Formats: sequence, structure tokens, C-alpha cells
Amino acid sequence: MASQPSSLLGGFLASLRRDLLVAARHKAELTNPLVFFLIAVTLIPLGVSPEKSVLVLLAPGIVWVMALLATLLSLDGLFRSDFEDGSLEQMLISPQSLYFTVMAKILVHWLVSGFPVTLMAPLLGLMLHLPAEGFLPLLVSLALGTASMSLIGAVGAALTVSLRKGGLLLSLIVMPLYIPVLIFGASAVQTAIQGGAIGMQLAVLGAFLALAIVLAPIAALGALKISSNG
Amino acid sequence: MSSSPSPLLELRDLGCERDERLLFSGLDLQLAAGDVVQIGGPNGAGKTTLLRALAGISADYQGQIFYSGQPLPEASWDFARDRLYLGHLPGIKKSLTPAENLAWYLAQAGGRISIDEALAAVGLYGYEDTPCYQLSAGQLRRVALARLHLAEARIWILDEPFTAIDKLGVSQLEALIARQSAQGGVVILTSHQDLTLPQLRVVNLQDYRPGSVKSAAFHQTNLGLNGLSGAQNDNGEVVAHG
Repeated sequence: MASQPSSLLGGFLASLRRDLLVAARHKAELTNPLVFFLIAVTLIPLGVSPEKSVLVLLAPGIVWVMALLATLLSLDGLFRSDFEDGSLEQMLISPQSLYFTVMAKILVHWLVSGFPVTLMAPLLGLMLHLPAEGFLPLLVSLALGTASMSLIGAVGAALTVSLRKGGLLLSLIVMPLYIPVLIFGASAVQTAIQGGAIGMQLAVLGAFLALAIVLAPIAALGALKISSNG
Repeated sequence: MSSSPSPLLELRDLGCERDERLLFSGLDLQLAAGDVVQIGGPNGAGKTTLLRALAGISADYQGQIFYSGQPLPEASWDFARDRLYLGHLPGIKKSLTPAENLAWYLAQAGGRISIDEALAAVGLYGYEDTPCYQLSAGQLRRVALARLHLAEARIWILDEPFTAIDKLGVSQLEALIARQSAQGGVVILTSHQDLTLPQLRVVNLQDYRPGSVKSAAFHQTNLGLNGLSGAQNDNGEVVAHG
């Protein structure tokens, strides 16, 4: 016997490793959300006004909205390739916990979309004349917010995976759930710039994330079961 | 049918419908260790639907499935550990190498031999690190079939396993199925090929179609609706499934 049926952690790590490898082999898809984020934010000063006074006002909202759209853009492919090559069926019937397999996929999605977007945000904040006191809140709020958005988005992606053109429907399902995240995220940065305390906003974002970690994978795996049933 | 007190797998009065059309019903089947069953029937008879229900992908069936005498879904985790399903889709990531693909399956369900041995057994020695998108359709299929060597599962559910496999591969796969049967496993497969296995049993799903002689009494109420669609099937028209 070469190996024992593996542990929960082993199954989770194997899924994580596989999805990271798949992501690393598709470099074009990997850079898509980042390039979109960069281009969209760069275009705002050109389209609105390069004036510092204007951009300072807009900066938190712009960075946050574009980060949200960049996440949304990358959601459609979350379960698509698994659905098309039959891996999803095998995931569903595996003796391992489906919760952790789905969690691994969402974690990888965040690592290749939300995480780089978060890292890039201060650079774009600099371009938009974001005041110095806004940088740390921007990083923290985006890290919490994009993670929540990957989790919530996974539910929408799971629901629409069996539809051939589910992109629009996915946006419609997910967008209303993103709005609270956007409101509190952008507000955290805005308040920090004005010198206020941002504990409340970050706490709410953290609560969203905690709730999403517990519930979103369960909702997503239920949706995946329905999607693969037809 | 079976001499053992509780067969490894038992289907009682199983029926599946698809798009509100009953495909088959009243299917009773007992599978004891060593049984090999070929599910037959024309296109659209519900072969894939049946296998997907047995594999646990679809819970959309009437009737009951028993695993080692215990009903599903209570025993579904034990069943999942003891079951291997190969569907129409290979479940192989094309951007990964065969070894990387099998590593995931190994971590999910465990294995009895190493990945290199399993790949060598399906004739892919030397292809361990070739990305799967560079492999031919038959080789891709063989990567999926390597799981049969790898896994410890006793119950194999194989949907058209001979697709895209060359003649030598077909005979190797038949030998593998025979070995699984000899080791006390159960193999349920669909294939349009005539198999030469001595222990093979054939179950034709057409015998369980609503409107056929066997189940006419059972589904009198559905007769009016399903008689029409059944007639279409008799003409040999392909009905979309899977």
C-alpha cells in the first residue's frame, strides 16, 4: 500500500496545490484582473480631472470600485474549467470534505485576484494623490473586502456554472451582496483621510469576512450540487 | 442472484427521470463481490443517468440504493470511499501533467501503488511530466484509467471506459476488469462494445422503460405521456443525455 487515504488537511492541501498549479500555468488569466485594475484606475484622472483636489476626494471610492469590478471579472472562471473537464463531478463524489475543497478553490481565487489587487492598490493610490494616512486603511480594508468578495462571488459562480452564458446573471446575483462590502470599505479609507477612527468599519468588514468564511462555501457547494445535477 | 447475505450493492425499484420524462423504473439489481454488469440500451435509455445516480452525483432518482446492506444516503460516506466513478469527462486538468493530476486523486482517496507505477501500468511511462494538453485523446483517457490501478475502491462505475482506447488498451482494460472481479470487486459499466468477460451480466435498460411489458402494470398512469416519447426512442433516434 503506497499511501493511506489521506487526512482532511492532506485533501485540502492537495486541492490548494492543484489549483495553484493550474493558476500558475494560465498566466494570461492570472494577470487579467490586475491589468483591468491598473487600466481602469489610470483612466480616471484622464477622464475626470488630473486636479489634486478632485482626485483626493475620489481616490478611495475609485480604488474600491475598481477592485470590486476586477474581482467580479475574474469570478466567472472559478468553477468553469472544473465543470467542463469533469473535475467538478469528481470533487463532488470524493470522500473528502467538499467544504474544504471549495474553500481551497476560493482561497486560490483570492490569492490570484484579490491579493495582488490589494498589493497594487497603494501604488494606484499614490497616482490618485491619496493622502498618506489613507494607505494602511486602504490595504487592510481591501484585504478583508476582496476576501469576502471572493467568498460571496463563489456562490454566484457555483450557481451559474452550468449556464453557457452566465456572466450577466452572475453579476446580477453577486452585485447586491457586494454593495455593503463596498460601502464599509470605501468609508474606512474616507474616514481615515479625514482623521476619524475606522475601528467600526474594519470591524464590520471583518464580521462580513467571518460570516462569509463559514457560510459561503456551504452555499457554494450546495449550488455546485444543483448545477451538476442537470 | 447472489449467495451472500447482503450484497455489496443493491438497487431496489430504482427509477430515473430526466426533463420530466421517465427513463426507466422498477430496476432491481443485486451486485455481489465479483459481479461485472454491463448496462445496455439504446442512446437515451438512461445509462449515464443511472451511473450518475449510483456515483452520487445526482440524487434525482426514485427507489433505494443499498451499500453493504445499508441504505443511502446514510451510508454515502462509506460508499464514497469504496467507489470509483469514471464519467464521459475524464476529470483530468489539461494544464497539469499526468503525475500532478493523479496526485490530487491520490490525496483524495488514497492508493495502493505509486503514481509512477500506475502510469506505467497504462502505458504512459515517460509521460509523467508531459502536460496533458500535449497528449492524444486516447492517452488522456489512459491518464483517467490509471486511477483504476491507483485506487483501492471495490466498486467501479465506468461510463463508456473504452472510448478512444486502442485495441491493446481495450484488452488490457478487460483484463483489469476481470482482475477487479477476481479480487472481489464490483464493476458496473456501459459500453456499446461486446465484451468477452466470462462473468459478465448484461442489464438492458430498455426492459425497464415505462410502457415496456415488464413495467407496464407499474406505470399505467404515465403510459399516455410516455408512450409517445418511447415510440420515438424505438426508431433509434438519439435523445440527448449526459
